[in-house]
Amino acid sequence: MANDALALIDEQVKKYKILLYMKGTPDFPMCGFSAATIQVLDSYRVEYASVNVLDNPEIREGVKRYSNWPTVPQLYINGEFVGGCDIVREMHTKGELEPLIRAAVPS
Amino acid sequence: MPAGVEPITAEEIRSLILGTIPDAQVQVRDMTGGGDHYEAVVVSAAFTGKSKVNRHRAVYGALQDAMVQRIHALALTTLTPEEMQQEQQPASGLVNIQTQRR
Repeated sequence: MANDALALIDEQVKKYKILLYMKGTPDFPMCGFSAATIQVLDSYRVEYASVNVLDNPEIREGVKRYSNWPTVPQLYINGEFVGGCDIVREMHTKGELEPLIRAAVPS
Repeated sequence: MPAGVEPITAEEIRSLILGTIPDAQVQVRDMTGGGDHYEAVVVSAAFTGKSKVNRHRAVYGALQDAMVQRIHALALTTLTPEEMQQEQQPASGLVNIQTQRR
């Protein structure tokens, strides 16, 4: 069962160029950290996928094991774990996130 | 939070981090005064040459079970001493961004 969740997560992060595991949805984030991360992503005006971990307890726990990272949100670009809210915000402020995003999804 | 689990204090967070990263300068701030939203700035030479992800993993590793069971929210900043000197404005608070969805 737990391995199924990990396999599913692996499939998701490889399928979607930009993927955010979050609490809630981009329109209705259910946590301040998820909301702040969405705010950063939206500023780039690119399409991205999101998974609401509140909908699925196995994914909620599985994604923490998958990345060896204890919290949600978690951002993946091109299958690679980028970071949580603090790192995403910091990379955004320093201009380090945009090249990653543009490389993944050419505008 | 599960029943019977005490909310953590800023000082406990600080000492857990110091237990694993002894040379660190650690500042922990209780954002709400309610013991559920914390902000921590951890400065250590041990972070030199490590990615942000691995720095944060080191801090999360120090907090271990507390991170899972007792800490509801923790905003984390990890810096080397050199980066600390360069930081004019510590990263805190929301960046003001105009949201324009797709």
